[in-house]
Amino acid sequence: MIRMFSYAAGFVLTLVLMISLYGTVKEAIVSPAEETAEHEYHREAKELKLASDGPLGKFDRAQLQRGLQVYTETCAACHGLTLVAFGDLAALGYNEGQIKAFAGSGNFWKIEVPSINPDTGEAATRKATPSDRFPSPYPNETAARVANNNALPPDLSLMTKAREGGAAYVYSLLTGYEEQPAELLKHFPSAKTPEGLYYNPYFANLNLAMPPPLVSDGQVTYGEGSPPATVDQMAKDVSAFLVWTAEPKLENRHRTGIVVVIFLLFATVLGYMSYQNIWAEAKRKVAPKGPLDPDNKARRNRAKDKAGISG
Amino acid sequence: MSFSWAKPYQPKSDLAKWFDDRLPLPRLVHGAIGGGYPVPRNLNYFWNFGVLAGIFLMVQIVTGIALAMHYYSSIDGAFNSVEHIMRNVNAGWMLRYAHANGASFFFIVVYIHIFRGLFYGSYKAPRELIWMLGLVIYLLMMATAFMGYVLPWGQMSYWGAQVITGFFSAFPLVGEPIRIWLLGGFTPDQAALTRFFSLHYLMPFVIAGVVILHIWSLHIPGSNNPTGVDVKNEKDTLPFHPFYTAKDGWFAGLVLTAYCAVLFFAPNALGHPDNYIPANPLATPAHIVPEWYFLPFYAILKAFTIDFILPAKLWGVLAMFASILLLFLLPWLDNSPVRSGNYRPVFKRFFVILVIDVLVLGWAGGATVTPTVVAISQIATAYYFAHFLIILPLIAKHEDTLPLPSSISASALHGELQESAPIGTSKTATAAAE
Repeated sequence: MIRMFSYAAGFVLTLVLMISLYGTVKEAIVSPAEETAEHEYHREAKELKLASDGPLGKFDRAQLQRGLQVYTETCAACHGLTLVAFGDLAALGYNEGQIKAFAGSGNFWKIEVPSINPDTGEAATRKATPSDRFPSPYPNETAARVANNNALPPDLSLMTKAREGGAAYVYSLLTGYEEQPAELLKHFPSAKTPEGLYYNPYFANLNLAMPPPLVSDGQVTYGEGSPPATVDQMAKDVSAFLVWTAEPKLENRHRTGIVVVIFLLFATVLGYMSYQNIWAEAKRKVAPKGPLDPDNKARRNRAKDKAGISG
Repeated sequence: MSFSWAKPYQPKSDLAKWFDDRLPLPRLVHGAIGGGYPVPRNLNYFWNFGVLAGIFLMVQIVTGIALAMHYYSSIDGAFNSVEHIMRNVNAGWMLRYAHANGASFFFIVVYIHIFRGLFYGSYKAPRELIWMLGLVIYLLMMATAFMGYVLPWGQMSYWGAQVITGFFSAFPLVGEPIRIWLLGGFTPDQAALTRFFSLHYLMPFVIAGVVILHIWSLHIPGSNNPTGVDVKNEKDTLPFHPFYTAKDGWFAGLVLTAYCAVLFFAPNALGHPDNYIPANPLATPAHIVPEWYFLPFYAILKAFTIDFILPAKLWGVLAMFASILLLFLLPWLDNSPVRSGNYRPVFKRFFVILVIDVLVLGWAGGATVTPTVVAISQIATAYYFAHFLIILPLIAKHEDTLPLPSSISASALHGELQESAPIGTSKTATAAAE
């Protein structure tokens, strides 16, 4: 009874699937999917090697500091970093005084923190302190869209974890702006980059609302002993910085991981040895057979002796 | 417990005896996972995954309780509270990554556990209830994992909740009201998030309860074994402790090492980047995909593309539910008296195809939808149902199975008594035969 029911159910489901399959195949033949510019011209992220890569990776603090500088002088005009506090910058190697000066002196960080005027209760702004998070450049989403041709500059705190490809994607995007290829326009005339957007083959739909943020070498003045501030270097530095903002505990994680894995491997080996020990008696011992059988061995040796062969 | 030769608990000290007389808890443990539980001596490493599933359930409960102390189930605060855990809570990043990857490893070990049961016929009499309780645990796990994935309130959380609760709206008339009732609104919102948090906290304890029933029912007939032959005498078994505690112990160490390697060195490898973007009801992600452990079912759902009598979406939802529910009938669909796939040559071949088929479904569930992918998932889905509903019952009826060993202890010899008998028995056996 249950089998009849089961055969019937199996038959019906398979039948519906085969009809669906027929539909899929027919559809694919009758109206094959058109090629799109996105499919043909979108590129995978370039390779980017950072000091923080790999299970033993550590941040290159000098690079993070340069990245912070690039962020402050270029990205911060449009992009927030709302999950990071100024005080967190201690992890980049700054001391308390330097952080205070960075946040509140007005010489480095220019955007003020929203507050309330204590006398009137009206909205006001004040200088940032180390306990503040990085204030956003726009008071709200509407203001951000109005200032950016209706595009919303995303917050960068988690950017390297929120995109396929991570830091390599950010780096590729920053250095990937180019003229739209004539080839593309010839094949896909409708895919012409619209007014106010910028062609970038690393962006999913090829046309990005963000104008190229890093345009010329030396746009940011790096301090003494830094590598030359080429566009490529600045893009690398800010990508490395954004790896830190997205995963500030990365070094902690790597260090703990090494200790934990070594401990567990050690415990596993001990466990395996005790397992072998406990099972030694329970495991079936196999009698030696063929040439290893002691009887056969003895017979062989006797034959050898008889023939006068040694070894 | 289960066999007459099981050693009863003997208190080793006066205190233990005093305690045992008043509350026989040590006796219970001794009989359940101690020296008083005889287990077939020939279990292979596939039998380690039940214990591992228990370990990961504990990992999830412990890390989850700590996370709940810092998590904030508000649609405005949930995402940032998770980042607060990652950035400011002591070892919060470790707790969260342990919990997120713990879910993945829980599913990995449970999938291996389920497929072990499928191959060795562990669902067959007298173990039908163990199998069905296991499926109940699996369903509860799926519900728990889904609701847990919603809690960070990222893009995939939100849109995953939208899609999965949307399944119910496929049912005519009652579907839409059920969906709204489940969500507490028309779309996932504060009401949905709060109840998902509440249920996500509750369900692991329900799972733990069903696990107790699962193990209780297991201890009546005892464990199945790679030959599928019943235990006949004491020679066929070894006490759980110390033999299987030692074997489970070292293997758990190995699996936990793999788990920690992922947790500490690639914690986001099994997640989706979109869930690091806060939920936005106005922006649909380009590809909405569930967590990896649901991908085969997602492929089954999407395989039905034709309105044939019923709407395609309803076919998909029915098939997706059916794909798990049919497993409850498995003990009666496959009624071959031989349990172990080792002695069922035809079954064995189709079993290999099934494993490949499920992996293909998983791949198809996560791949970008193109006609090729859809066609492959349709063929793979058809095989999935044909396997359980048509092929298995037919095999059970017509297959010529291989001769079974007379007992578990004899099975280790694979019929080659003379060549590979245990030391000391080979010659005597030969002599006796002569």
